[in-house]
Amino acid sequence: MLAFTLRRAIQAIGVMIAVGIISFSMFRFAGDPVNQMVGMDTSGAERAAIRKSLGLDDPVIVQFGRYVGNAAQFKFGVSYQFRLPVANLLMERMPATLELAVVATIFAMVSGILMGVYSALRRDSWLTHVFQAVSLIGISLPTFLIGVLMIYLFSVTLGWLPSFGRGDVVHIGWWTTGLLTLSGLKALIMPSITLGLFQMTLIMRLVRTEMLEVMRTDYIRFARARGLTTRAIHFGHALRNTLVPVITVAGLQFGSVIAFAIITETVFQWPGMGLLFVQAVQNVDIPIMAAYLMMVSLIFVTINLVVDILYTIVDPRLRSTVSRAH
Amino acid sequence: MTEPVLSVRNLQVEFASRRGTLRAIDGVSFDIAKGEVLGVVGESGAGKSVTGLSVIGLIDPPGRISGGEIRLSGLRIDNLQPEEMRRVRGKRIGMIFQDPLTSLNPLYKIGDQIVETIRTHLNLSAQAARRRAIDLLAEVGIPAPEKRIDGYPHEFSGGMRQRVVIALAICAEPELIIADEPTTALDVSVQAQIISLIKRLGRDHGTAVMLVTHDMGVIAEASDRVAVMYAGRVAEIGPVQDVVRNPLHPYAKGLMGAIPTLAGEEKRLVQIPGSMPRLSAIPRGCSFNPRCASAFDRCRVDRPEPLPRGTQSVACHLYDSVPAESAA
Repeated sequence: MLAFTLRRAIQAIGVMIAVGIISFSMFRFAGDPVNQMVGMDTSGAERAAIRKSLGLDDPVIVQFGRYVGNAAQFKFGVSYQFRLPVANLLMERMPATLELAVVATIFAMVSGILMGVYSALRRDSWLTHVFQAVSLIGISLPTFLIGVLMIYLFSVTLGWLPSFGRGDVVHIGWWTTGLLTLSGLKALIMPSITLGLFQMTLIMRLVRTEMLEVMRTDYIRFARARGLTTRAIHFGHALRNTLVPVITVAGLQFGSVIAFAIITETVFQWPGMGLLFVQAVQNVDIPIMAAYLMMVSLIFVTINLVVDILYTIVDPRLRSTVSRAH
Repeated sequence: MTEPVLSVRNLQVEFASRRGTLRAIDGVSFDIAKGEVLGVVGESGAGKSVTGLSVIGLIDPPGRISGGEIRLSGLRIDNLQPEEMRRVRGKRIGMIFQDPLTSLNPLYKIGDQIVETIRTHLNLSAQAARRRAIDLLAEVGIPAPEKRIDGYPHEFSGGMRQRVVIALAICAEPELIIADEPTTALDVSVQAQIISLIKRLGRDHGTAVMLVTHDMGVIAEASDRVAVMYAGRVAEIGPVQDVVRNPLHPYAKGLMGAIPTLAGEEKRLVQIPGSMPRLSAIPRGCSFNPRCASAFDRCRVDRPEPLPRGTQSVACHLYDSVPAESAA
């Protein structure tokens, strides 16, 4: 188990180094950074001095080493537009994005699993057909369109929910949360549904297919032959076996929820990392773009690692093959 | 004579399909007494497993019992409400399936699966159920049961898993065990152990056993009586020695002729020509007539009913004394 975790951790570090190379090379492809920092009338000698002071004339490998070393300490340089350390900007925006992503994922998991289980067990009920239709909409309509439609309905027409922003937030240490105020909660509803809808339909369809599959297995037939109650069979045996692949998908999806939050955050002007990134792209603010890339990759890789470990906890077969293999 | 544990009368099972209704079981009748092992033998598709599943009430739609009755110790069970039938399953009828590798839920410890079943049917505390589970595992021959009870299914070999499955089937002291091809998926050496285990458990607990298999060797070894099934009907039923030594039905003769003997001289095994008809194309009259060497006109028109003949009962016109045409 330990060896397995360690091996996966080393792989994760490898991935992060590769991402580091990409985000480092962004600086070099976007032109000479010195030009972006100084005015038109700076002399060649001054430019050379700046270049030397910033270490830009060192060999590339040395520069890369320095970049990775700094990134490992969460030093991503200074934003061109805000003139503030990128790390501070990201940290300030992160709670909003994480809160949105977590709420959206919980929404997607809970409703996706419930709908999936229901539509697997009651295949011909009218509610199942409604769920199927909703999931078709969720999978085919683009996120921004759903967001805009919801704003039109609930904010513009009905006036029930705020159309943008995070509402009032409460500071807990460096973390800011909108979960403790009414306006914060209201502001969270539409963005999290918009963000979670695609995952919800994905999870619902996955749960439904897996559950139908599991219900046909021999151990479910044997469980019925043992006279277990329908409830124990459905929720004790079938659901747990269904959830093994669902955990993987939902876990991996959490990374893309954070990444896709870019669109939702733009639609709802949600003050998170995604909005920061979009603004950075518009202003060619390379340090923010590079740092965002690194942060999202780090989250992705960490989630992958956690999912792999979770997987072995849920499925005992993996536990022993893993420990036997090492 | 005491009442049989299981009494099946004129059972009919139908499957609704796009091409109309297919009759998988057509007029099957048999009894199993307390402590008796009835072997049910026949080719794939003869209706052996469907018979077993209809007794325990687990035929999946679109299949359904369309006629006849099934009694368990006198109580009619083929028309029980689903919840009443659930209480019968596992409690009064235990079932063993073919593949022990897939019969157990891979995510639960075997002890938890046994305790769960015990507590579903018997009013026992968790500790008492666990003690009972350990006793059961010991009884079915799992070494070090107090340790193995916390193992997961994948940590057991096929034979050991089938023992666990048997422990699960008997954990509430059922009156009847239905064993559907319990040894087919196992090594030959393990087969013998499992068969003698099932036989011993049936004897020790006075349990009636319905042993479904296509393996005549298993039948000869384990059962007291044997029912030979063909195309959804019982062709012949009787004490195992009589049916094996002196089969009456031409199909049963063919089956016995296909068993290799160790002692006999090397000669080609007798093969029954053709194959069993599909459910959608069962011939008129006796369903065996196209493959039967002794078939005569009446076989192609009249369906033979089971007739007692000595200790056996056979559904064949050759043994029907009423018509004048004597045996060919």
